[in-house]
Amino acid sequence: MLTHLPVLQVIVPLMAAPLCLLLNRPRLVWLFTLIVSGLAFVISGLLLQQVLTSGTIIYDLGGWDAPWGIEYRIDLLNAYLLVIISAISTVVLFAAHTSIREEIPASRHTLFYILYLLTFAGMLGIVATGDAFNVFVFLEISSLSAYALIALGKDRRALWASFQYLIMGTIGATFILIGIGLMYQMTGTLNMEDLSKLLPDVEQTRTVFTAFAFVIVGICLKLAMFPLHLWLPNAYAYAPSIVTAFLAATATKVAIYLLIRFTFSIFNLSFSFTHVPLQILFLVLGLAGIFVASTTAIYQTNVKQLFAYSSIAQIGYMIVGFSVSSVAGLTATLLHLFNHALMKSALFLALGAVMYRIGSTQLSQFQGLGRQMPLTMAAIVVGGLSLIGVPLTVGFVSKWYLVVAMIENGWWPVAVLILLGSLLAVVYVWRIVEVAYFKPALASTKTIKEAPLAFLIPVWVLVIANIYFGIDTRFSVEVAHAASMNLFQGLSGVNR
Amino acid sequence: MILGLYNYWIVIILMMIGFYIVIAHGNLIKKIVGLTIFQTSVFIFYISMAKVDEGTAPILAEGINQYSNPLPHVLILTAIVVGIATTALALALAVRIKEAYGSIEEKDIQEKDNLDC
Amino acid sequence: MKDLFAVIMLTGIYSLLSASFFVAMDAVDVAFTEAAVGAGVSTLLMLVAITITGRSENPARHKPFLALAVVIVTGSLLIYGTLDMPHFGSSLAPIHQHVTPRYINDSMQEIGVPNIVTSVLASYRAFDTFGEVVVIFTAGIGVLALLMVVRRPEDIEKINFLNESMHEKHLILRIVTKTLIPFIMLFALYVQFHGDFGPGGGFQAGVIFAAAIFLYTMVFGMATARRVINQSFIRILAAVGVLLYGSVGVVSMLNGKEFFDYSALASDPVAGQHLGILLIELGVGCTVTAVMVIIFFNFADRKEKSQHNENKGS
Repeated sequence: MLTHLPVLQVIVPLMAAPLCLLLNRPRLVWLFTLIVSGLAFVISGLLLQQVLTSGTIIYDLGGWDAPWGIEYRIDLLNAYLLVIISAISTVVLFAAHTSIREEIPASRHTLFYILYLLTFAGMLGIVATGDAFNVFVFLEISSLSAYALIALGKDRRALWASFQYLIMGTIGATFILIGIGLMYQMTGTLNMEDLSKLLPDVEQTRTVFTAFAFVIVGICLKLAMFPLHLWLPNAYAYAPSIVTAFLAATATKVAIYLLIRFTFSIFNLSFSFTHVPLQILFLVLGLAGIFVASTTAIYQTNVKQLFAYSSIAQIGYMIVGFSVSSVAGLTATLLHLFNHALMKSALFLALGAVMYRIGSTQLSQFQGLGRQMPLTMAAIVVGGLSLIGVPLTVGFVSKWYLVVAMIENGWWPVAVLILLGSLLAVVYVWRIVEVAYFKPALASTKTIKEAPLAFLIPVWVLVIANIYFGIDTRFSVEVAHAASMNLFQGLSGVNR
Repeated sequence: MILGLYNYWIVIILMMIGFYIVIAHGNLIKKIVGLTIFQTSVFIFYISMAKVDEGTAPILAEGINQYSNPLPHVLILTAIVVGIATTALALALAVRIKEAYGSIEEKDIQEKDNLDC
Repeated sequence: MKDLFAVIMLTGIYSLLSASFFVAMDAVDVAFTEAAVGAGVSTLLMLVAITITGRSENPARHKPFLALAVVIVTGSLLIYGTLDMPHFGSSLAPIHQHVTPRYINDSMQEIGVPNIVTSVLASYRAFDTFGEVVVIFTAGIGVLALLMVVRRPEDIEKINFLNESMHEKHLILRIVTKTLIPFIMLFALYVQFHGDFGPGGGFQAGVIFAAAIFLYTMVFGMATARRVINQSFIRILAAVGVLLYGSVGVVSMLNGKEFFDYSALASDPVAGQHLGILLIELGVGCTVTAVMVIIFFNFADRKEKSQHNENKGS
């Protein structure tokens, strides 16, 4: 069975989804989904271990070797992402049963879990595959189920947010399809490794340049990189809390993975950054994203939307790290991928607890919540500190590596700008702290109790992980660094 | 060169018409129609890539030795199904939006949202 | 255009024209699918949707300059990209030299199926097709999640609008439909099982089978159709199709080969290929039929509900 791990990683959740339809009782379906997610996490851990010891794993689906068949290619970067996605999914699912009771009508509960598993499996499939068209197929699986999940939100604005996301997401996916078609036309293959070998011969052609442009724009739409981020705030704000907690921590990370995979592994480094002026473009857009999004966050009245804008800013940080195109810069980006996933899942899950208790995430309703829901608010405070980048939290680790990468590259002004961005984060986190702790509680008929254990346990697991990985950074830094070095060596690290 | 590429240029114009409808029009159904046209034009692009002069459909038969390329056909079969899945979901969303907002015009929906805030 | 009905019909015509274009480009399987799915199901669903959302468009439009600018930039970039492309129809293009020759030359020995598109779709790139089936399943579940109407027993008696079926009024239509439906279903089964030898396969067959069910529903009314086709059965059928497809892969794994390696299914590898392709196409056909029916029924249910609410309100 161990040789089949790469495909099991995707197949287990993928086939569990229709099985849920046969099970039908919501509580049973929840437990089943939780177990499947946990299994996926175990598989991803085993895969990471395998890759760390024996190098890239290749699995030929259907027994046909690439490029005639589809292959799964697990290297350090994939394995790292698989672990992140499955870990977050499992932790978030703990609170799912309780959370959706208040937010989604009972008749939809089974369908919710099916869609959740499909999104999960879709994301795993995007990350694990070594075939460009297969990426498109699984991208659509995860996107379509995500659109449906978001539309399950209580507020009618969830429907409109989902529709906007659908339109922008489908345009992005179609752009990626056009790009893949153009790449195929010039090389005749769809396999990622094969493309990386054949593209250098044709990379000076205008067609390949256009292909690159379309693929990158398509990915940036999915990534919510400024200025293509317009779908994200509403989608995250109005989706059910569990959906936001899961998607905020994983969906954009998968898009960053695709960005890195396409620029480093398929199109090689010199093409992506020298022939195409990607470096300066991403640097500018990344910085713009950080400042515009952080500033917008400060003026939000809905806390979920505030943190959604904060997510766009964090993506900006990752783009800036990526634009440096040095091992240090890429390590910082990969680190931030891990850390941001921890931060945002903790924050949105805690917000889910608030939503469960008071039925709203408007800032005005947070008054006095610091005393009424102490553990939940404490979690939000720690998450906020992590976003700012206070030492002892994971946020600090990412910012530190990012600033060091900038300085190493001689980009002092950028390092300063990054630190300024953190100051903006202080402002919007303080707004929440001020309202929750320093304002008197609202006079309401309901006494607000602390969140139920179903929320508190996963939230605090994530919060403690935030602090633990902020202090003991060995795992995340080593894997990120090794993955980064691997990428700079090229995709065929196995054969070369 | 023009003779060799005119096919692609026509397809690109079709694509852009679809793309324009998606982003410029406010009615949700029109957006969905635009998306369909955009996607169908991408399919036409792929299929015209696959054609080989003097070739026939890629079904093996006696006496034929030049076939058109089957791989883009496979890709587009998948893409067509993905397209209909997206359309179905988008239409379901449009129906729900109509029920919730009373209108499927982008302007009306945004006005109602602003009133809510 | 202000009338959405006309817009949708024109889009259907565009799909049909592109299907004929596909035939001219030797893409017969694709043409078949595009005609059935794009011109057929897509147009049908859009028409059902506008019965709920309204037939006309609000004429007021915002300034289109930004949209026009974006479109012109994108279009010019694409045209710029075509300048280095291999010429249309050229047999020297890279795509005809690299991966495809093995499909054309060796697929008869390796898989034994004349329709090369089927052998690539169902064997070489079976995993993509699995993803495709899951996409269709996802759409079905998504539409269910969005539009599902939970029926209470007392509602069933009250809802009878769409049941003003054409029963008594159009005798000829009724009889012709009843005669035609079994032939349509038979044709669907033919397409399903002859996908190896000619254009066809699971998707096209599933859509045609679903079309027969739509025809029955439209002529005889939703109430009758719902009695004929049990709702939970159709959902289970959708799930079973996906699971059948996946199980073929699982069986391959249990027999020691890779996932979707059909040669593990029988002692002779080519026989194994045939068996594998047969089973997965069956899975595809089941899921596609079931999901199309689910989607259509849910749209119709929603229409009934909105009609019911309108009648209650007035």
